[in-house]
Amino acid sequence: MPEDIELADMRRLVEERSQVVEVLPPSEYAAEHLPGAVNIPLKSLSEATAAQLDTHSRVAVYCWDYF
Amino acid sequence: MSPRAAWQLEALGFSDVYDFVDGKLEWISRGLPLDGEGPHFAVAGEVADRASVLTCRLGDRLGDVAHQLDTVPHEYCVVLNDHDIVLGRMRKKNLRGADDTAVEHVMEPGPTTVRGTEPAPELLERMRKKRVPAVIVTTNKGRLLGTVTQAALERLLASRP
Repeated sequence: MPEDIELADMRRLVEERSQVVEVLPPSEYAAEHLPGAVNIPLKSLSEATAAQLDTHSRVAVYCWDYF
Repeated sequence: MSPRAAWQLEALGFSDVYDFVDGKLEWISRGLPLDGEGPHFAVAGEVADRASVLTCRLGDRLGDVAHQLDTVPHEYCVVLNDHDIVLGRMRKKNLRGADDTAVEHVMEPGPTTVRGTEPAPELLERMRKKRVPAVIVTTNKGRLLGTVTQAALERLLASRP
């Protein structure tokens, strides 16, 4: 079950260079994104696009806010 | 959006999945580093000034708060609980009561605040329209970030062509 995390935990994951995925559209990712984040828009999230990630390592996702 | 992505990754076989529920807006509002080519989003939290806010606690004595307010130019103090959540405002003009009265009994509950993730252009426009010089800014969960002034928002927007 995915775990909700807040800012402090996210900062730690970014600092530790964990896998981070922004699921917003490419233009919004291109404008600004968290350091080290890759872009896999929700609409294109599939086995093929997720293949760039390591399934055995932790991964954090984010969009703009709660929604 | 991100909750669905998190569940979908789990369905794809990922076993250690996290959802940063506060999202990019919260990250930006704290002035944390970002990558990207811009344009950069400008939000209130980036220029929220914590040092400019006088605060007191629910259980503080009215006499002590009055003394505090007498020594500074502030017109009010922001009333916080032990988690720094904004619960009220104590205006200088409303400091009536015995010195040992607890602030929580005389404060104005639920003062108007804005979130740190509030887009700066829209906030500045509203503040100009309503002639509000400064507003209290909190995190999405109500924790005090500081106050933001029209001037601070104008400087922020001028720095983001």
